[in-house]
Amino acid sequence: MTEIVMSQTPPILHGPSEKEKKYDRQLRLWAASGQAALESANLLLVNSGAGVVGVETFKNLILPGIGRFAIYDDALVEEADLGVNFFVDESCLGKPRSQCLTELLTELNPDVHGSWYPSEETAPSLDSLLATSPVFTAIIYTLPIAPERLAQLEAYGRQHKTPLFAIHSAGFYSYFRISLPGAFPIVDTHPDETATTDLRLLTPWPELVEFARDMTKDIDSLDAYEHGHLPYVVILLYYLERWKQTHEGRYPSTYKEKTEFRRIVQNAARADNPEGGEENFDEAAAAVLKTVVPPSLPSGLREVFDYTPSEPIEERSSFWIVANAIKAFHAKHKTLPLRGNVPDMKAKSSVYIQLQNIYKTKARQDAAEVLETAQSIAPGRQFDPAEVELFCKNAPFVKLINATKGVDSASSTCVNVLREVTAQELANDENAEITLSPLSLLPIYLALRATSHVASATADEILSSIEETIPGTKDHERIVSAAQEVARAEGGELHNIAALTGGMVAQEMIKIITKQYIPIDNTCIFDGIASRSQVLRL
Amino acid sequence: MASTTVYPGSEPARWKYLDRIRTRAGPFTDGDAYDGSMVAEAMENMTVLVIGAGGLGCEILKNLALSGFKNIHVIDMDTIDISNLNRQFLFRAEDVGKYKAEVAARFVEKRVRGVKITPHNKMIQDFDEDFYMQFQLVVCGLDSIEARRWINATLVNMVDEEVEDSYKPLIDGGTEGFKGQSRVIFPTVTSCIECQLDMHAPRAAVPLCTLASIPRQPEHCIEWAHVIAWDAEKPFPSLDKDDPEHITWLFKKALLRAQEFNIPGVTYALTQGVVKNIIPAIAATNSVIAASCCNEALKIASNCAPSLGYPNNNYMMYSGNDSIYTYTFKHEKKDDCPVCGNLARELQVDPAWTLGELVESFATRPEAQLKKPSIRAESKTLYMQSPVSLEEATRPNLDKTLVELGLSDGEEVGVTDPAFATVSFKFKLKFKKTE
Ligand SMILES: [Zn+2]
Repeated sequence: MTEIVMSQTPPILHGPSEKEKKYDRQLRLWAASGQAALESANLLLVNSGAGVVGVETFKNLILPGIGRFAIYDDALVEEADLGVNFFVDESCLGKPRSQCLTELLTELNPDVHGSWYPSEETAPSLDSLLATSPVFTAIIYTLPIAPERLAQLEAYGRQHKTPLFAIHSAGFYSYFRISLPGAFPIVDTHPDETATTDLRLLTPWPELVEFARDMTKDIDSLDAYEHGHLPYVVILLYYLERWKQTHEGRYPSTYKEKTEFRRIVQNAARADNPEGGEENFDEAAAAVLKTVVPPSLPSGLREVFDYTPSEPIEERSSFWIVANAIKAFHAKHKTLPLRGNVPDMKAKSSVYIQLQNIYKTKARQDAAEVLETAQSIAPGRQFDPAEVELFCKNAPFVKLINATKGVDSASSTCVNVLREVTAQELANDENAEITLSPLSLLPIYLALRATSHVASATADEILSSIEETIPGTKDHERIVSAAQEVARAEGGELHNIAALTGGMVAQEMIKIITKQYIPIDNTCIFDGIASRSQVLRL
Repeated sequence: MASTTVYPGSEPARWKYLDRIRTRAGPFTDGDAYDGSMVAEAMENMTVLVIGAGGLGCEILKNLALSGFKNIHVIDMDTIDISNLNRQFLFRAEDVGKYKAEVAARFVEKRVRGVKITPHNKMIQDFDEDFYMQFQLVVCGLDSIEARRWINATLVNMVDEEVEDSYKPLIDGGTEGFKGQSRVIFPTVTSCIECQLDMHAPRAAVPLCTLASIPRQPEHCIEWAHVIAWDAEKPFPSLDKDDPEHITWLFKKALLRAQEFNIPGVTYALTQGVVKNIIPAIAATNSVIAASCCNEALKIASNCAPSLGYPNNNYMMYSGNDSIYTYTFKHEKKDDCPVCGNLARELQVDPAWTLGELVESFATRPEAQLKKPSIRAESKTLYMQSPVSLEEATRPNLDKTLVELGLSDGEEVGVTDPAFATVSFKFKLKFKKTE
């Protein structure tokens, strides 16, 4: 019996490959394109201190299959490492920590290549490693770190346009900060499916109008089955048209008009059936407030339209050319290219598929127009139509991160930003009780930042360092507590906080490498006592 | 003010970072509940139960071992699959097919000297209250809501107000893609998993008539193959969702169906996803959530800093899709919780329903989610799923309406379900007003 069934089906089908099986649970998140980006990534960890958080980050990147990694770490494994770091064991005592970590991390995934430094033969210093290694896709360094070493990494980041991740984990606290080399646009942001419905009910194009009219021309004489299977898009288009006729050619626009319109749609359902109503009309009524809306320009995309690329290399990138083409499209049509997806709704199969095709065809036409405009902006350039289509499809959700230029951690701009943000955050805290908002986690960042270049410090040392950067803070109650809590750790890591932070950093690294989902902009602070995080731009 | 003396446990040099924190009060430590000199020894004598040795479980075992716990048990009946290797970092390709609990326990024991991990390749339902009584803490990393509800109900039932040891804090984590949550439950004292059931609303099922006659989505074609074609053709004696041959059969059936209706998008991966209800999972998110759970475990065990649970926040939601966002809040205990509350939970029903319709509705209601309910009214048994004789005797009631059965507005019914052997859920029927 089985054989007969099998022989009826076309022979084009084969199951997943071994690799697809192994990575199945993540391919469902970032697809083959994201996986390919991960597999071509080359990452460096410059490790220091207790040295756990960077290793936990790497664990979470090696498992999903980054291409290659390198660890630079001067330390030798000591007894304390065995109580906090999972990727060393008894046999490692006295050996280079970078070697042991690399060996035990590489075991996690045979597809990943790892190397460790300093190494007498290949790269005895960080300098020589940076000079001789293939360019790193991104660099992670853990704090505390020597200022000279930090300067070296920041110089490398500027020169090679390499994103830098700084991580500091001590006791119950941690933060990490991402420095991107320039504006970072993301097209494939994976918006919530429910947020993507765009049916253009107030600006229907001729094919859609025609389709709806045809289905509803004898709406009152349709039999129960046909009437009960009109797709809600068609129902809404029909009643919108009737509304217009009785409202001087205007669509319902205010909340009051829309609820009135919703009532009309709901009352149009036939109730003389055993169910006492019609599901498709329920769907139509429920969709009114969300889908009877004029086209708008989302803030994320507006930011992209308003941004002027500052460097020639940026200007020439296909992202900005396509963005300009979409901007031109929007200026001309007062609407964005159509996304083209139709949510599921009660309808006959053939009718739904027809409706789907009307939307898809229009979306393809819009994308083709954008492609043509892009080609006229950059004559001679080849654009991948699939890339343009994806951009058109995701246009409302495109996001620009780090639009203003990143700065080195030691620069005076950085300190000015920090002073401004501190003033703002502490002012917000004054009203936190009234606004029911959680208290700022900035004191944690300030206390950790004060130990960026020292192995450990007392609470008083931390407070006077903060006071030096931001005068008037040393007696602030919450900053004093944060300083005491950081002092309690004496620079030591708690494994849980390192693992938790390593998880967050790995998520962000994946987002940046795959250019999917939306990374933080640019600092995330975690409080392991209150169990919450805060993202600030610093 | 912070104290300065460290009280190390058995290996001071090895655990120096941990001891600095857990044995010394910090600015947020509650001085009354805390004695730093007792912490290391107390933790070494605790026994902690981990439920699940999968994505979260592997991380949890590692984290607990590196948090100073020495006695750990782990329960998981699953064996290792190749699709686990992208995140379950204690397993290697050569471990595929072996028991998760066993491989995970041996690995962590070998890596972290001095920790004893006892694996149980079983279901949690295989153990009784005497077994669960030996633990001081329970940490869950599960993907099934049924198992969570079972252990929650069991731990709530075990509480005896006169026996301090009978309170077992339950720490629970869960993830999906870049999102997750961790929560702490002090049974009978704070909001329990059953109180929070509406946070896990079941996915709305596709109506059978859509599958049978008007499919529109690739998922409809797959469900048709799964629910209708399989039963009609019975290509194999029983469906094994982990057997590629079975999934391939469903995939081909779904594809033919899709071709018939011109529906694009049926793939092998989607078929597998729909049939097995696959939830995307990555190492990074498991790392965040498992560490959050174990961070709470360390705080609860040592009192060295306030934990989630009591008296304030008990729940952290984490989302990494769009930037990073955590929402940490207090989920309130519900008086009408069928597990830990005293009042019956209200249930909106139509008096014109048959008992059969009421029984079916228990499966899909977010506040009930009971698949095989047996129902008793105050004065009589309405329907019993087992034993067979009682089922047969009560089956005719299924076709009677609630009114015909003599049920009235506001009446209380007791509901039991084989998934929660020890618990009887109390519901109060609220009749819908008819127009
Ligand atoms: Zn409860």
